Amino acid sequence: MSEGFVDRFAEGARTALVNFVRSVIQIVVAYAANLPLFILTVLSIAFIPLGFGVVMAPVAIQAIRGVANQQRAWAAEWSGVEIPVPYRAEPPGGLGAFARLRWLLTDPATWRDLLWVILNVPLGLVAGVLAGGMTLYGLEGVFVAPWLTLITEYGWGPFWMVNDYGVLGIAGAVVLGAALTVVSVPLGGVVLKAHALFTQSLLAPTKGALTERVRRLSESRSETVDASAAELRRIERDLHDGAQARLVALSMNIGLAEEMMKHDPEAAQRLLAEARASSGTALTELRDLVRGIHPPVLAERGLDGAVRALALTLPLPVDVRIDLPGRADAPVESAAYFAVAEILANVVKHSGAARAWVQIEHASGRLLMIVGDDGTGGADPGGGSGMRGIERRLGAFDGTMAVTSPLGGPTVVTMELPCALSSPKTLPSSGTG
Amino acid sequence: MRVVIAEDLALLRDGLIRLLGAFGFEVVEAVDNGPSLLRALTTHRPDVAVVDVRLPPTFTDEGLRAALEARKQVPGLPVLVLSQHVEQLYARELLSDSSGGIGYLLKDRVSDVAQFVEAVRRVAGGGTALDPDVVSQLLTRHAREEPLQALTPREREVLGLMAEGRSNAAIAGQLFVTEKAISKHTNSIFGKLGLPPSEDDNRRVLAVLAYLGT
Repeated sequence: MSEGFVDRFAEGARTALVNFVRSVIQIVVAYAANLPLFILTVLSIAFIPLGFGVVMAPVAIQAIRGVANQQRAWAAEWSGVEIPVPYRAEPPGGLGAFARLRWLLTDPATWRDLLWVILNVPLGLVAGVLAGGMTLYGLEGVFVAPWLTLITEYGWGPFWMVNDYGVLGIAGAVVLGAALTVVSVPLGGVVLKAHALFTQSLLAPTKGALTERVRRLSESRSETVDASAAELRRIERDLHDGAQARLVALSMNIGLAEEMMKHDPEAAQRLLAEARASSGTALTELRDLVRGIHPPVLAERGLDGAVRALALTLPLPVDVRIDLPGRADAPVESAAYFAVAEILANVVKHSGAARAWVQIEHASGRLLMIVGDDGTGGADPGGGSGMRGIERRLGAFDGTMAVTSPLGGPTVVTMELPCALSSPKTLPSSGTG
Repeated sequence: MRVVIAEDLALLRDGLIRLLGAFGFEVVEAVDNGPSLLRALTTHRPDVAVVDVRLPPTFTDEGLRAALEARKQVPGLPVLVLSQHVEQLYARELLSDSSGGIGYLLKDRVSDVAQFVEAVRRVAGGGTALDPDVVSQLLTRHAREEPLQALTPREREVLGLMAEGRSNAAIAGQLFVTEKAISKHTNSIFGKLGLPPSEDDNRRVLAVLAYLGT
């Protein structure tokens, strides 16, 4: 029984400590991040007509987004309040300064962020003081006020001058302080949750944003459907004109050879040799077709092995660094692979690079893929159906692509795909089975 | 010569048994999945194994993994790996212990029966049989580099055949020249690539493959 009490006490103390740390974080964020960022953003926007606001405002707004995203993460982690990210996707292609500014300023989420940033200055403080301060004040009532008053003849209990009421006042301070401390533990969580709900009310997507997202999804869906229909047509044509036709010719040749076997064995042998050559060609065509649909090594080794295998076949050295604790779903894996493959093909064709590198990792629910080269740069993400195809492939999974390619290089393409990884495939025991 | 076969498609498995049987091989066991393959390889310790890369239960690279594991337990165990597609990545893994007795061919190559049987024998004898597709990928990859630029077209041809694992005698036969002419070519190639010359066919092949970075 006493053990249960000790456990609960430890648990309560831990919660109180956690709440205290979180409230301090809230207060620090409100004053060290929100307040300066609000001032910076407002000033930058005001200075847009003067020119340098054009550069400053996007930086300030992006910084606010960083803070807001951190707050979203805390709301989910601390209080279980999920707040989806509402920002509009960056338009495809490299953006000029003005296009970038317009993209940020026309997003209603930017303005809601700004409102949150300023409102959170007082509200973050109130929440922090309530959640963390209540425990402190209770502890003060138990441990400091009653004893301090014995020395200084002056001191506040939780709600009264301790000295005015003698021993009763001291006992009251201890009892009430203890009660306040105990109550503050669950109450701290409630206050933090209330703060998270306030955050949600401003930082979650509005109905307009959701409508916008639905529009974008249906757009990317119809693009995906069109693209896969075109892909199927291409496969059908390749099979029809390629392997299928070759097999017909093959069976004809074999049939003919069968007939000739008796009276012209030499001609029959020639036909058979021809038939074998033709079957070889059919197999090569089928292999190329399969590679284009879903590379076998991707099925066998996942993204990691497939990208390594690909890198080995390129005519320039590619430094491959991949850190994936598991495998993504097959469709995501395939989209990721073809995106990397297409970028690397561009590197070989256009960049004039001597080396390239690929980095793939998975963090906070996103697959991050970076492909870079030391070529001449100047890649135009807007031009070329290849780049458009990659964006479409990634877009089908809510993925994004960003290209930086100044003239003179280097070119770096960063792609992100939201996805979960399955636990690593456990291969059957390699012991005796 | 005792051989173990691993192939999950019955049609191909029977075909391989018949083909190798017809050329005097004794098929001691034909299995259709990875775990059985590993067991068969380590218990029978055959003179050579012919293994499909993709096998049940996972239908990934089960066969390749079993073969690599078996070679860890029985060093130098000759294995000829067959696949519908060839990857330099897999060739590199197979050749990484540089002890020879490795084959890696497209399944298509089986249709040239004489060449295929020759490859099986070569692997059984501790030699190498690397698919021309892999070799041409390797050569293309290095084509821009200095030493390979210095080779004559004929020497490049000989280098390719050597990388496939063929002996001087076999290369001579294929190119319709004398063995002596080939030996002159190989000496010149080794000189230009800066490799130490060797009289042993197998060792020479491994040196070339190591140079090409399989």
